[in-house]
Amino acid sequence: MGAEGLGARVLRKEDKRFITGRGRYTDDYDLKDTTYAAFVRSPHAHARIKNIDVSAAEAAPGVVAVLTGSQLTDDKIGGMICGWMVHSKDGSPMNAGAHPAIAVDIVKHVGDQVAVVIAETNGQARDAAELVEVDYEELPAVVNLKAAVKDGAPQLHPEAANNISFDWAIGEKDATEAAFAAAANVVSMDITNNRLVPNPMEPRVAIGSYDPAEEHYTLYNTSQNPHLARLILSAFVGVAPEHKLRVIAPDVGGGFGSKIFVYPEETVCLWASKRIGGRPVKWTSDRTEAFLVDAHGRDHVTEAEMALDENNKITGLRVHTLANIGAYMSTFSSAVPTYLHATLLSGQYNIPNIYAEIDAVYTNTSPVDAYRGAGRPEATYVVERLMETAARQLGISPVELRRTNFITEFPHQTPVIMAYDAGDYEASLSAALSASDYDAFETRREEARSRGKLRGIGLSCYIEACGIAPSAAVGSLGAGVGLWESAEIRVNPVGTVEVLTGSHSHGQGHETTFAQLVNERLGIPIENVQIVHGDTDKVQFGMGTYGSRSGAVGMSAISKALDKIEAKTKKLAAHLLEASEADIVIEGGQVKVAGTDQALGFHEVALAAYTAHNMPEGMEPGLKEGAFYDPTNFTFPAGSYVCEVEVDPETGRTEIVQFVAADDFGTIINPMIVDGQVHGGLAQGIGQALLEGCVYDEDTGQLITASFMDYTMPRADDLPNFQVSTTKTECPGNPLGMKGCGEAGAIGSPPAVINAITDAIGNNNLSMPATPLKVWQALQQTSAAAE
Amino acid sequence: MTTIAMQVNGKEVTADVEDRTLLVQYIRESLGLTGTHVGCDTSQCGACVVHVDGKAVKSCTMLAAQAAGKTITTIEGIADGDTLDPIQVAFHENHGLQCGFCTPGMIMATKDMIARHGTDLDEKTIRSELEGNICRCTGYHNIVKSIQAAASAMAAAE
Repeated sequence: MGAEGLGARVLRKEDKRFITGRGRYTDDYDLKDTTYAAFVRSPHAHARIKNIDVSAAEAAPGVVAVLTGSQLTDDKIGGMICGWMVHSKDGSPMNAGAHPAIAVDIVKHVGDQVAVVIAETNGQARDAAELVEVDYEELPAVVNLKAAVKDGAPQLHPEAANNISFDWAIGEKDATEAAFAAAANVVSMDITNNRLVPNPMEPRVAIGSYDPAEEHYTLYNTSQNPHLARLILSAFVGVAPEHKLRVIAPDVGGGFGSKIFVYPEETVCLWASKRIGGRPVKWTSDRTEAFLVDAHGRDHVTEAEMALDENNKITGLRVHTLANIGAYMSTFSSAVPTYLHATLLSGQYNIPNIYAEIDAVYTNTSPVDAYRGAGRPEATYVVERLMETAARQLGISPVELRRTNFITEFPHQTPVIMAYDAGDYEASLSAALSASDYDAFETRREEARSRGKLRGIGLSCYIEACGIAPSAAVGSLGAGVGLWESAEIRVNPVGTVEVLTGSHSHGQGHETTFAQLVNERLGIPIENVQIVHGDTDKVQFGMGTYGSRSGAVGMSAISKALDKIEAKTKKLAAHLLEASEADIVIEGGQVKVAGTDQALGFHEVALAAYTAHNMPEGMEPGLKEGAFYDPTNFTFPAGSYVCEVEVDPETGRTEIVQFVAADDFGTIINPMIVDGQVHGGLAQGIGQALLEGCVYDEDTGQLITASFMDYTMPRADDLPNFQVSTTKTECPGNPLGMKGCGEAGAIGSPPAVINAITDAIGNNNLSMPATPLKVWQALQQTSAAAE
Repeated sequence: MTTIAMQVNGKEVTADVEDRTLLVQYIRESLGLTGTHVGCDTSQCGACVVHVDGKAVKSCTMLAAQAAGKTITTIEGIADGDTLDPIQVAFHENHGLQCGFCTPGMIMATKDMIARHGTDLDEKTIRSELEGNICRCTGYHNIVKSIQAAASAMAAAE
């Protein structure tokens, strides 16, 4: 391992601009003659728009235009789409209701767009938005999943009877039922996975700019995947032709999934810029808007059962989940509760029979889509809560129950599509148990009791599937896109390198890790490598960053392009050095003839490629190569987490006193960055378990938790120091052996926390977020039951 | 409109601003100092922390007019030319940032924290002092480490 190569703890190249205040986020762009957009949003969860009077707003100071949904329709701008087709059990396609960028007849959740005011300043736009008079006829609303599917519930979309977009199933129903019929023990649970608001610290921003002379559009936006945004906005929404639309996603302040999706505001800013004659239109979300209209995450209500034989081997798993999709189907909302959730229900265990039914349910709430982990945290929560509960019911150690059921041979085909390629679950479990001094826990419990504290320990062994590929497989499952990645390597005549990648960095440190790969392969210092991303005019195409795919898929594409660069470099060097191509090696920035002192600097070969004075017969000048990489399988990161808590029985307050994570991510490029990704994921998972919960008023559909004063974001003093480590089995499916690390922490940690608290309080009946009130109430139940 | 004058990062500035203009809007939109960020609308997140007469202030909680006559320092103003502030160095060396959006506020809050508590900071104090700064990326682990490292470096330099 070189000082800057694979595996090195290299400090981040991108840090300097961020620590000096010179990052360039979308809101920092100030285009000439910019106008500002403010949206008029529905105050009702469900209402018919009877009339919109814009006259007072149009007359307000500084107002350039007030636009409504009917004008959008007149201009033949299409609605927002869901890009993954899921079919119901009966084979019928999902019932996706219309999702106009601005509502025309009916608003379906609080915050739904009703009109947009464009003005000279942001303040004037907001003032005038207050003057738009909308006459609403309120309709009954439903926000609760179980209420939404009942007969007589308010209906959101005429296509979706009982508000069900699809009722999908996976696995073998009859075989699973037979397993339950023959079971020695059955464990049943009702499990709720709480709704979360992603809340990257940078709110979303869109700047639409139309050039009438060129008939060309530019969109600056806070996106995790600018090319996907361009594709959807052109091919489906129809706001601009693809070759006339440039999408730029510059520095982006976190995403966690919520910036994957194509939202109405981007469409409206592009369209409005043309409507007003080409001045740029800028919309900057405030935090309240982010709570109201950014896609939320999770929100499942599940009935789950596990069947075990007399040897404590799991013989069956049965799951029925109601998944909230909100008022409209967001870009990937159909894939999250299905292919990213139910396919992971085998966990790390050999489970011969699994059957899962998923009903996707419309409610008068914000759309729900992928949020860090996306379906995999929900699956892990079901499996790992069941495991812990089963161990308690059977009176055996939760460690032993897991060990009894671990998959130990690979590849392993689960009954729910996934073929696990490699793993060593015992290795990560042992590492976690050892790091947490698990065996001595009872001594610590006793010691805590002497201080009046209830101490508990909880385990979680998660698996996730990253990479979301190969394209042909996801296509057969309904994806509207292929999930490969592209890369281009441009070697400059002086030997410096530009890497153009379809991955997008919004905190992950690609400018450093991708440069480390170039250093490893070509031996040039990372300061001579520039990573170019986030601009559809520079990078030809790419699928963006989500699902922990940038390493396993994005870097594999870079690796493939580097193969071609190396091959041409060797061929040219062999010609220049009059040596055999097979004898050429690239080491430390030198292109050498192995076993001799003959060598050229890499920069000399690069220059020779561009001067083209002395090339082998038939070789084209230049040194630039591209590659598309389509994985052969998902990747399967996995690990074991141990959480130890102390609960104050007087207040119900939980303190996490120790958190240990042992993850297997395969090959690691930069351990410093990987540790940071795990820390962040853990914070979001612990946030879900202890603090965060999105609450709608059941009668009015108002979002009660619509600010940082009402929705508890994890603060520094809510969290412990984390003990993180890794074990390693290489992923056989990609050239670098990488699995992905971005989501693990958020996937594995919630059940570990809840398993620990329920262990501490002796009551398994506890839902997330485990607030002091809920924990205290559960403790009262425990003591009442004991009396 | 109100005419205001103040010193920002060592420079005298003067402008006519709407009465309702927040200090953060003035800094970002009029002065073009976009390192100070807006992450919320309830003064919870701390992305907009600047120093007003040497004390950390959330610049979304203050009108630009209230800052008239005062000395303002933003994230752009704490390095000495190419020499970074030890807190900036510590955040870099300890991977105390990921997306970078909360970072300017974190660094400005840290500077004030060390000024008030001295360089002998324990973890509990740091975590408690960070109550007003939200980070969604790092889980705070490396931010706490960065602050401890900055305090040590500053103690060593004293």
